[in-house]
Amino acid sequence: MLVKLGRRQAAVGAAMVALLTVAACGTDDNSDSGGSGTKPSGTASAIACAKGSITGSGSSAQKNAVDEWVKAYQSACSGATINYQSTGSSTGRQQFIGKQVSFAGSDSALKDQQKIDADARCAPGTAVDLPMAVGPVSLMYNISGVKDLQLSGPTLAKIFAGKITKWDDPAIKAENPSASLPSATIATVHRSDGSGTTDNFTKFLKAVGGADWTFDSGSDWKAPGGQGAKGSDGVTSTVKSTENSIGYAELSYAENAGLSTVKVKNAAGEYVAPSTDGASLGLSTAKIADGDDLKLTFDYTTATKGAYPVYLVTYEIACTKGLPADQAALVKSFLTYTASDAAQTAIGDLGYAPLPDAVATKVRAVIATLS
Amino acid sequence: MTTEPDSSADDAGPRGTASATDPTPAQLVTTSKAKIGAADLIFKNLTRTAGIGLLVLIAAIALFLVLRATDALSANTGNFFGTQEWFPNQTPPKFGVAATLFGTIVTAAIAMIIAVPVAVGIALFITVYAPRQLASVLGYVVDLLAAVPSVVYGLWGLIVLAPHMKGTQLWLNDVLGWIPLFSADAVGRSFLVAGVVLAIMILPIVAALSREVFLQVPNAHREAALALGATRWEMIRTAVLPYGRPGVISASMLGLGRAMGETIAVALVLPASFKISVHWLEPAGNTIAANVANGWGEANEIGRGALIASGLVLFIVTMVVNMIARAIVARRRDFSGSSA
Amino acid sequence: MSTATAPEPVVTGEDRLNLRGQTLPRWTPLAVAAGSVVLALLIYFVTPVDSEIQIVLMAAILFLIAMSAASTVVEGARRARDRFATTLVYTAFLLALIPLVAVLVSVISKGAKRLDLDFFTHSMNNIGARDAGGGIYHAIIGTVEQVVIASAIAVPFGLLVAIYLVEYGQGRISRVISFFVDVLTGLPSIIAGLFVLSFWVLALGFGFSGFAGALALVVLMIPTVVRSSEEMLKLVPNELREAGYALGVAKWRTILKVVVPTALPGIVTGVMLAVARVSGETAPVLLTVFGTNLINSNPFSGEQSSLPLYIYSQAGQPQQFAIDRAWAAALVLIIIIMLLNLIARLFAGRNRLK
Repeated sequence: MLVKLGRRQAAVGAAMVALLTVAACGTDDNSDSGGSGTKPSGTASAIACAKGSITGSGSSAQKNAVDEWVKAYQSACSGATINYQSTGSSTGRQQFIGKQVSFAGSDSALKDQQKIDADARCAPGTAVDLPMAVGPVSLMYNISGVKDLQLSGPTLAKIFAGKITKWDDPAIKAENPSASLPSATIATVHRSDGSGTTDNFTKFLKAVGGADWTFDSGSDWKAPGGQGAKGSDGVTSTVKSTENSIGYAELSYAENAGLSTVKVKNAAGEYVAPSTDGASLGLSTAKIADGDDLKLTFDYTTATKGAYPVYLVTYEIACTKGLPADQAALVKSFLTYTASDAAQTAIGDLGYAPLPDAVATKVRAVIATLS
Repeated sequence: MTTEPDSSADDAGPRGTASATDPTPAQLVTTSKAKIGAADLIFKNLTRTAGIGLLVLIAAIALFLVLRATDALSANTGNFFGTQEWFPNQTPPKFGVAATLFGTIVTAAIAMIIAVPVAVGIALFITVYAPRQLASVLGYVVDLLAAVPSVVYGLWGLIVLAPHMKGTQLWLNDVLGWIPLFSADAVGRSFLVAGVVLAIMILPIVAALSREVFLQVPNAHREAALALGATRWEMIRTAVLPYGRPGVISASMLGLGRAMGETIAVALVLPASFKISVHWLEPAGNTIAANVANGWGEANEIGRGALIASGLVLFIVTMVVNMIARAIVARRRDFSGSSA
Repeated sequence: MSTATAPEPVVTGEDRLNLRGQTLPRWTPLAVAAGSVVLALLIYFVTPVDSEIQIVLMAAILFLIAMSAASTVVEGARRARDRFATTLVYTAFLLALIPLVAVLVSVISKGAKRLDLDFFTHSMNNIGARDAGGGIYHAIIGTVEQVVIASAIAVPFGLLVAIYLVEYGQGRISRVISFFVDVLTGLPSIIAGLFVLSFWVLALGFGFSGFAGALALVVLMIPTVVRSSEEMLKLVPNELREAGYALGVAKWRTILKVVVPTALPGIVTGVMLAVARVSGETAPVLLTVFGTNLINSNPFSGEQSSLPLYIYSQAGQPQQFAIDRAWAAALVLIIIIMLLNLIARLFAGRNRLK
């Protein structure tokens, strides 16, 4: 059938064809447009390459770290593609169980029914939680004229539980004798979407808050009051635009927005500013579960000099056995790289801390058994 | 109506629906009656199959929603319709749709109250008042705005609109604060802001469709009104609006559906608190769709079932609203259909 | 334009005034508008109220009141009502323009920063969080393919349903269909994605692909396509149909050759609204196409990316590079939809039956 075309239609058609021709020169090669001169940090010799392609999904808290690792790995190993999408930890775990992805990123370890389901997916092997990235959770605030705010865990718990409502509350004044605190209502900002950051922060509040924090920890914010905001970026911009507010997010968000962060009192009695090294020290007291499944139990009470107590750990979930051979080789090779010293230090300036030695050693040992 | 059907069939070529070799109606007349009947039957059944296929699809979606929702509903320790909290991921789960349903209705209502009159105004401006050249440009601008992705409206609402509306909200609170709706301890990312964002978002949709409907008003109707000495407004009231009314209601229903089902824009603007708040200037509130977007990534099996159950509620609310709209249209059925 | 309607007798100025009554001079609206703005600004500076939105709203209301009052006094109640309606329509239009233009301006100004050739021709492969480069080629490919496939399914399907409802349907089934189409408009997009995920990706085992995403978009497009087409077909005058039948043209040919072409511009508007809506959907796409940083031009196999997915994931990052990329991608998305709109309109033809 011949369709009669007007001149105008023909012109549009020609334009479309031209556009498609121009667009057809798209490329995956970004080696010269990397911008600010960042080189992939792993060298080819440090990585034992595997080929193939795998997908992973889950935690958005580790997205930047995984992106950096994927970049380094793919630059060193031609023939390997790794696709990680930040869908949320729970979705990642469910997709892992549903065999839709080869590994999952998760802000909390597998437990209960999910552990059983995940083991079934990995039959004849089991599913293991591998701690892979650690980061400080910063408490950002917006009070004009106040710098170097210092708060202890119980005070933070009271603030976020709504038991302290004014910035010039005696409890806050006692910890900041020299600061000129306004007599303004505290606006707390929390995540409105489910998040591993909330999970890790509320674990801290629950552990140190005692009677002042009666809510369960978990990925949903359970305390009444306060404002919710979507995503760490939403919390950050809400704190930035709301006077006398305080909120929590990964350190890189606070730094990028230029917001002041609270120095938090650790078990050794010091007020410590959030830093990657501080978080690493804080995590070094955590208990590691026995066996291959390296679930961590945080310990906020052991005194460690310089430790920053509010931190976030995100895991990779992988199968010890049971993946198709080509996927298994690539997963093992990739995770071997991510647990290496080179990979752990490469993500330092993205707001992540290297794994404490005790944890890293165990993680590497488990990865070596994957097949 | 000046165009004869045969000339329109000849014109159909450039519209891409006809070919140069199509027989003219004159040729068609000579085709046998039986053949026409058979072809007609095939076509009728084709359209009918599509219609029934659509019903099957909708039934499948509804069934799927119900199946996925039941586990969560039976595990729920709260009252699904009465509880305001939303903690489906804890053990035992406790959740209810009361607060989010309330927020959905409030934000959608604010959006409709603002958007529909303004959209009809825009459509009237383009079809009746604006000069012809300007009208086609404006029609295009309206289409352009309908093309802005909702995440952009959400980001804009959060970053640009919410801070700018602070003064207006304070003023409303000052002047109308004696009405509970407008009393507030603090103003911020409120129902009102979310409603305005939704209004701006559905405005182009309602305006674009209303414009098309008004364009279809037969010129004879308009000219008759004007010839009888009607002012332009009287012409609009007697000829344009009654003719376009069912179409405008349909367009509004599409807009309403969009407003109630919108996820990202509302999730970005509202602070997602789970309580029924009658203070519409305070930073509080959540909607069903935004709650689904917020909760999905970290929800466990029960949590997802709970979110789907709330989606089912939204489905039913949309159903009820549409029933009402249909009742309104049915009362004026004599104007729909067509005539000249 | 009311002047153009009544055949006006040739009369001198005096008689004309008598015939049409006292009218306001042509410059009145402008003068009143200027006065309203000045007054609103005065109120703004004198009272403690501080919001730009305030000035605009106040000026609009003052303008409305002043114009109506002037018209009532000079022109009489009936013409005042007309004047009021005209003023209302104009102010509604201008007021609505402000936020809508503001949205466009912020997208354009923020998006223009990264709009270079590299951005169009590169994917996000090997772009870390600190890197400024990267592009959206993979996302453009994904979005265009998914939307075109979705339209290719949803538009004919939706149009057939609409034809059935308007031309053939009487009785229960058509009422039920038409009712549930409306109900489908309120379906949260994520549930459409979930439905396709459960049936196509998981139960039937096809895996993530651009096509799965397109299927989810079909579910979201159908109600808009059916509803707007139905409304437009209804408005086609019956005379056209009857003329067709009178000439002995079969019903189906009358529908396809006369009724549908007459309603086509309106149908195209509805289709483009549907396209515009689904092109911006993040949630259903996230569940069904999964997303990737690599170029995958095959919509039927393997993960793809899409522009809304790209915008969403980049906008949530702390780095300014990523936020710039998100705005630029939003601008590109709008441009792509506009191009699709333009093409659809040109092919649909602008000559409508009058």
